[in-house]
Amino acid sequence: MTTVRGEAAAAPARFEPPVGAESGPFWEATRAGRLLVQWCTACDRGVFYPRAFCPHCAAPGSALEWRTASGAATVYAAAVEHRPDAAGAAFSRGEPYCVALVDLVEGVRMLANVVGCPPGDVHSGMAVSVTWEPLSDGRQLPLFRPDPGAGP
Amino acid sequence: MSRGDRTLRGAAAIVGVADDVSPTGELDRSGRELEVAMILDALEDAGLTLADVDGVCHAESAVGLAEYLGIHPTFTESTMTGGSSYEVHLEHAAAAIAAGLCDVVVSVYASTPRGDRSRGRRAPRRMPPGPNPMAEWEMPYGLRMPMGPYALAAARHMHEFGTTSEQLAAIAVSTREWAARNPRARYRDPLTVADVLASPLQVGPLHLLDCCLVTDGAGAFVMTSAARARSLRQPPVYVLGAATCTDHMGIGQMPDLTTTPGVVSGANAFAMAGLNPADVNVLMGYDSFTITALLHLEDLGFVKKGEGGPFAAEGTLGPGGGPLAMNTNGGGLSFTHPGMYGMFLVTEAVRQLRGECGERQVDGAEVAVAHGSGMVLSVMSTAVLGTEATL
Repeated sequence: MTTVRGEAAAAPARFEPPVGAESGPFWEATRAGRLLVQWCTACDRGVFYPRAFCPHCAAPGSALEWRTASGAATVYAAAVEHRPDAAGAAFSRGEPYCVALVDLVEGVRMLANVVGCPPGDVHSGMAVSVTWEPLSDGRQLPLFRPDPGAGP
Repeated sequence: MSRGDRTLRGAAAIVGVADDVSPTGELDRSGRELEVAMILDALEDAGLTLADVDGVCHAESAVGLAEYLGIHPTFTESTMTGGSSYEVHLEHAAAAIAAGLCDVVVSVYASTPRGDRSRGRRAPRRMPPGPNPMAEWEMPYGLRMPMGPYALAAARHMHEFGTTSEQLAAIAVSTREWAARNPRARYRDPLTVADVLASPLQVGPLHLLDCCLVTDGAGAFVMTSAARARSLRQPPVYVLGAATCTDHMGIGQMPDLTTTPGVVSGANAFAMAGLNPADVNVLMGYDSFTITALLHLEDLGFVKKGEGGPFAAEGTLGPGGGPLAMNTNGGGLSFTHPGMYGMFLVTEAVRQLRGECGERQVDGAEVAVAHGSGMVLSVMSTAVLGTEATL
């Protein structure tokens, strides 16, 4: 097999997320760099991941609306992948990277990478805010970066 | 039947066990051949035959297995909760026997990741078809499965309670001390806290030696009614209490990374058994990672929340004669871990209660707990097992 120069670069560096049945609006908004979360108007709580049903109060999907989140969040827990090859993650170009659970000020928790600082510096309680990485189809993937001004 | 109800307590007993592992980590047999061998060995251990079996448990397809065996069970159980599947099977089998749905149940597991690799057969990565929450919200971020979620739990535990890598390492060390007494364990060389900390970080804060093995392994258990158990070959090991609780599937949906659903399954299983953690002689607590075992110690009530680290660091979980012996076969950390390790919690608990464990036998063991953890701290299932004296 001939190896074509640039072939590796053409492969997506990230596993690109499929669009779930309820999450079309979320991914469309990422094209404009807007972070949406579902909000239950019946119990006044955020819902993530997107659903056709409120898991807090069992309200039907009609009670859920999309709201723009501020993008401000606090790191709940942070881990550092030291073997990107074992994780099958090309996006870090072989460098260790941080995977964290972050709590948006709107009260929902997401998994994401925290970028923009050494991965080992990320810690529980750190204030972060959303930043975006383009995907191949124009959608953008939400990541987070340290932001001392963010958080509750 | 409420949780405090004692209807299930002592109604069923494990009467036969079998397992197959190799110190090389690799087995020659695989698949149905290996499963059938385990079933026949466990039935032989019990003094029963395949003709006696009217209940079949298998985490992928009990129906397919029954067909392969050529039997026609009245009870089939295919619950798949990852590593805790076999504790769930135990719970459901006991309930089915108590309710009269069946009389003799077998549960079996075989997985040969190393042998498959040597034979050039790699199991395809299993993924539900179509969009799913893991693919959409986790996989883009390179969270390595399964250790990524456990690393997050360890990091949060360290943040909230000051738990240290040294304390986590102490669990790997005490577990290795047990493995040294098990001639069938994969790793038996002495291990120190310093060795664990010097092993390469995988998903930090977890080091390589905080992580379980990847080995071939297989096992089976046979359960029947207490009445029938007393006429069989082995001393019955009674199901005193059994309970399960599901919390989440993906780690992003776990409400509190330092508290597992073992809080619920453990309390319910102990309530059914009418026992407390202080009554337990042997804890077989699923150790996919050191943090997993630490969380069990807290959530089952052996220590208070947050005190698992200092407790583990005391070093009394090993074979030194402490009040609680944990993972006496050497655990998933040093004995075997073929992927869904819960079967080996059951086989070791039964053998400890039958007094068959030789150099690693816990003197006077009357009560053992097999506590399975499935997926990513997602589904906990607790079985409290006891000898005739505990009825």
